[in-house]
Amino acid sequence: MNIEKIKDSDKLTLKIEGRIDTKTAPEFDETVKSSLDGISSLIIDLKETAYISSAGLRVLLIAQKQMNKQGEMKIINVSEDIMEIFEVTGFSDILTIA
Amino acid sequence: MKELFIEALTDNLDSVLAFVDEQLEATECSMKIQMQIDLAVEEIFVNIANYAYDPETGPATVRVDVAPDGTVVTITFVDNGVPYDPLAKADPDITLPAEQREIGGLGIFLVKKNMDDVSYEYVNGSNILTLKKGLRSEKK
Repeated sequence: MNIEKIKDSDKLTLKIEGRIDTKTAPEFDETVKSSLDGISSLIIDLKETAYISSAGLRVLLIAQKQMNKQGEMKIINVSEDIMEIFEVTGFSDILTIA
Repeated sequence: MKELFIEALTDNLDSVLAFVDEQLEATECSMKIQMQIDLAVEEIFVNIANYAYDPETGPATVRVDVAPDGTVVTITFVDNGVPYDPLAKADPDITLPAEQREIGGLGIFLVKKNMDDVSYEYVNGSNILTLKKGLRSEKK
């Protein structure tokens, strides 16, 4: 997994490339936690994300809870297969998927 | 039928997935079905790695059995750790808003949703968890 961070004043985009699984999720978690100070708009781009397991969902939930307090969060470029995972877990109702 | 004997460590997840994917390759199942199987295998193996022998580690066996006609795969996980039936846990409430959602608890739920059948038994000191998945049609 590789994470590209693009910051434009209070707007942050995280592009996640590869697999968000048990082994890579801690790095994703760390990036989210250390990057949200002063951010009011967080965009998570999953265009290059091939796979997400519950460990990755956990990080998205943490990010969503944090952004609910300080602004908004959007998830973009969700593939059909990952969308299905969001739907079965009810994450499609919690997350803003554009 | 192929078996992998491996120490139940999160660090070994990639080896377990590579072993399972290698068996699936011959079946020419869709990428989607392979992803669903990888997801289930990850959730189960990581559960064993985190809890079965906590705070120590111990062995796990992963058995992959593709039906002769290539339409169904059965994947069995065996460990000798503390008796634990992951299926006994209630499903998370997936209708709650973000604030009330528990962090975690989705792993086994995803396994149940993505596999056609999941069963658990405790026999002679072993936890045996079995996953079944059709390789030709997609589960609705």
